[in-house]
This record gives sequence, C-alpha cells and structure tokens, in this order.
Amino acid sequence: MFFEQLRLALQAIMRNRLRSLLTVLGIVIGVGAVIAMVTIGNGTTARVTADLARLGSNVLFVSPGQFGPGRASADAKPFTLRDVDAMRSQLASVKAVAPLSQKSQTIVYGAQSRTVSISGTDNAYFVAQAWALQQGRFYYDSEVRGGLPVCIIGQTVRKELFGSSDPISRRIRIGSIACETIGVLEAKGQSSFGSDQDDTVVMPIRTFQRRIAGNVDVGRIQVSANDGADTGLVQADIERLLRERRRISIGEEDDFSVRDMKQVAQAQTGTTSMLTGLLGAVAAVSLLVGGIGIMNIMLVSVTERTREIGIRLAIGALEHQVLTQFLVEAVVLSLFGGALGIAVGLALAAAATSALEVPLLIDLKIVILAFAFSAIVGIVFGYFPARRAARLNPIEALRHE
Amino acid sequence: MRALANVDLRIDAGEFVAIMGPSGSGKSTVMNIIGALDTPTSGTFLFEGVDMTALSRNQLALVRRSFLGFVFQGFNLLARTPAIENVELPLVYRGMVAAERRAIASKALARVGLAGREQHTSSELSGGQQQRVAIARAIVTDPAVLLADEPTGNLDTATSREIMDLVTSLNVDQGITVVMVTHENDIAAYARRIVRFVDGRIESDVANTRAA
Repeated sequence: MFFEQLRLALQAIMRNRLRSLLTVLGIVIGVGAVIAMVTIGNGTTARVTADLARLGSNVLFVSPGQFGPGRASADAKPFTLRDVDAMRSQLASVKAVAPLSQKSQTIVYGAQSRTVSISGTDNAYFVAQAWALQQGRFYYDSEVRGGLPVCIIGQTVRKELFGSSDPISRRIRIGSIACETIGVLEAKGQSSFGSDQDDTVVMPIRTFQRRIAGNVDVGRIQVSANDGADTGLVQADIERLLRERRRISIGEEDDFSVRDMKQVAQAQTGTTSMLTGLLGAVAAVSLLVGGIGIMNIMLVSVTERTREIGIRLAIGALEHQVLTQFLVEAVVLSLFGGALGIAVGLALAAAATSALEVPLLIDLKIVILAFAFSAIVGIVFGYFPARRAARLNPIEALRHE
Repeated sequence: MRALANVDLRIDAGEFVAIMGPSGSGKSTVMNIIGALDTPTSGTFLFEGVDMTALSRNQLALVRRSFLGFVFQGFNLLARTPAIENVELPLVYRGMVAAERRAIASKALARVGLAGREQHTSSELSGGQQQRVAIARAIVTDPAVLLADEPTGNLDTATSREIMDLVTSLNVDQGITVVMVTHENDIAAYARRIVRFVDGRIESDVANTRAA
C-alpha cells in the first residue's frame, strides 16, 4: 500500500516537472544554505586549528591600545624600537621578539605594478613566523641598523613582478625608494583571515620608518616564547615590563594589549559565528517560505484533482488513505527539494572551500539532519491540503469539472 | 428545499431496477443514498438490515468498498492511467498485493470483453470501451450491488445496447443487484422493474414484463 502511495506521488510530481521544481526552490535554497554554511564553517575552523598548530600556541601579539567596545586604540601611545630592545634584553623564555609595522602600498618593477602589504621588521620576524627562505638571504645586521633599502619578497610578488626571471639584486620601486631584492620567501598560502600572505614585501624596520611611514613607531610586537614555556607567565612578564616602560600607575588600565594566537582565533571565530547565525536565519526563513510554497501547490493540486479524489472515495478509498496519498506526495516533494538542496549546498561548499584554500569537510550529521528537516517541512505543510482532500464530499467531488 | 419526501422503496437482492424521472425529480438523491455517498436528513435507509444513517463517513466508505460498485455517465476513469490500473484501484485500497490484484483485474477486463486492452489509457479507448473499463472496475470487488448513473448517457445507440447487454448479463448470470438511473425509456426497458420519480416522490413502481 505504501509503495503504491509512493508510486502515485512520484507520478503526480513527474507529471508537473517544472511546477514541482519551482515549488521546492525555497527548500533547495534553505537546505543548500545550511549545508554550504556548515561545510565551509567546518573547513575554516579546521584551517584555523591547523594554522594554530603550525604556528604554535606560543606566539603572543602585543599591540598598543585595548580592543573592545568604547576603547580607541588610536589614542594609545605607539611602541618604539626601544620597547623592542627592552623586551629582548629583559624577557626570559623568549625565542624571538619582532617589531612589525605594516602599510599597504603600490610597488613598481619595470612595467608591472601592484599594491601589496609592506612590512617593516627584522630577522626575528622570520623566526617568529617560522618562515623560511626559498632563495637569497636574510638581512645583515648592518642593513637592519642602517635602515638600508633591501627587501625580501613573497611568492606572489615574485610571480607577478618577475615572472620566471631571477628577482635577486633587482630593484623594486616602493614610493620614493628603490629597494634591492635580497631574498624570496617560501610560499605560505592564505592566512586563516583570507588574505594572501605571499603578496608581501618585507624590509628592515628602520627603512620602513624613515622611507615609508615617516615616523619612529612600531605598529605591534610579535613575541615567540620558547617551546614548552608557559605563555601565561611570558604574557605577565610583558605586561609588567610595558606598564613600567609606559609609566602606567597601579590601578590604571593597560593602554596596550597582549594576546596569544588562541585569543586572536577566538576573535575570528566570533565573527564567523555571527555570520553563521545570519545565514541560519536566512535558511530558516527560506525553509518557511519553501514550506508555504509546498502547501500552496498542494492546495492547487487538491483542487485540480477534486474529481480524481471523488472517484477514489467512491470506489472505496478511506479518508486516511487519501490523506496519506497527499501527505506522501508533499513529503516526497520536499525530500526531493532537500536532496537537491544538499547537492547544491555541497557544490557551493566545494567551490568556496577550494577558492578559500580550506579543506572540504562534509558533516554527514548535518546532511542527514537537513534531509530529515525537509521531510518535516513536507509533513507540516502538506497536512492541511491533504486533510482537505480527505474530507472532500465524494458527491460534490464527482460533480466537479 | 427537499429533494425527496415520503419515499418508501424496497429493493431485494438480485433485482434489476431502473429509476426514471425528469431532472430535479430526486432520482440522483436516491442513488446517492443507496450508494452510501449521502445519508437522508430524516427517515432511515437500511442496507442488509443495517441503518446507514447511523454510520460515520469512514463506515460508509467501508460499506461502499465492500458491497457496492459504481458506474457513472462520464465513466470517471483516471486520466493517463492504463485500463488495468483503473480496474485494480479498488483492490489497491483493500491492500491486495500487486500480483494477485493484477490477475483479478485481468479477469474482470476479460469479463467485459476487453482482454488485450490492459495497457490502453482512456484516450486510447472508445466511449463504449471506457464504460466497459468502468464496469470492470465496479465488479472487480464482487459487489452485491451495481449502481449505474446514466451509464449510456454519453454513448450512441448501438454502443448503449452493448453496454446494457453486459449489465443485464451481470444481473442474470452473476446475480448482481443492479440499480440504474436513466431517463431513456429504451434503456430502462432492460430492467425488470421501473420506478418513476416526479417532484421527489414515487409516481409509479411497476414490473417490466418485456425485459429478458
């Protein structure tokens, strides 16, 4: 009997292919959005976790100002190279302390130009980032101290500016300076924040201060603790040292912040979860709209097939049999939408994850849940039209043209 | 407005009754009541001694599927559905397995002279053939009563004669009680008893001695 109902439902749906497809569009979009969002979210989380594992949880970021609502970090006093020197000489259990100032600027080589992220730092940066050279060399101390125009470039810059030719000893024009390329970094790919880390030019911090920024500020300081060291202790040490150097009296709040990778990742996850919530709301609304669409088309179908229902009732169909028939039809319709939505969602996720260079992680639980949910939508919104069909008066139904 | 008033009618098993009358005379209402599709607002309708006015919708449906077969003027076959599946439909609702009901439905189609037309849909069959499919559907459940509402209303004279011969043979050979509504005298002539309705009451109720 159930098999019969299923066959009848499929027949009815196949008879109105285009209409059925349009009917389930809402479900397709809703389910597709959920699947795509969850799959991309999982991939991004996995990527961030992997980044964290690679960078190690022992990296601390020190920035001027406080983060959070109502706190203007722009007012806070910037760091200087003296702060960096002090941290280097006074902090224990620290592998590297790297100053880092950054600015986006257009660079030119020959006929090629490109806007990239310029970083001013020193060799400690490459230690903290665990970033190796593919070719060339790091800075000499004299170059760092003297603020000479020497640059180490990322893979994207090398590819875009130099193509297949050797970039070493070539001079790149950056604003007013001609910067000699001394090294090329290994490819690092996208950051977990979505930017291309290889689209960068790194120069000594003094060169950056004098020639690019025009000041003596250090944007932030990146500290890499020794392996196995307690980052909590290192963090406390940094805070004590900086409070002293910045003359912050007891009871006053820090005008800088020290965060480890975990906290940075948490900040990012917060953004992601807000986005997830938003997409979830969109999905919920489109599932609701999809359900109403199914109800609407099932009501139309009941009206169109009034005579058929009359025949079925006259030759011995019981109310519940007619009810099941239309309910099965609604559920098959919505499951069809759900399956299509899963396919669309996975395709979207596959495209997005490959573009974002994050792994494609399909969560079977969510796929099953989405499928089950579309069945529920079919039952809920199919019930009213089905009941209307079952309650038809056979005499009037048979008279219906 | 009352469709029927003071109607007192008794039909015995095995009878072939024609119900006649102009439109609005109440003959359709009588048919609907006998067909367990409708219940009278007052009075009683006993079927096999059971008061049908006391039954629920679902119980009426159970009576229909167990004892009654319907044939309509407009055939009322399912569109785009093969003849065999139309005939199988009442058996589907009884929960019979596919192989068994196919065999029974084939037999019913053969009984009405449509062997070999199992896979034809309504649009591929003539009016007479469609009515034969409808009759096969009505008798596939071995009903006690066959209810025919203007069964030849959409058919030409020659085809009407064939259909009426078939209905008569179902009555005579298989003992199925036949109740038929018609407004044509030569169709009513096939019945052995003719009941005439006028304005919601019985005008005449006579045996038809000319019937075979």
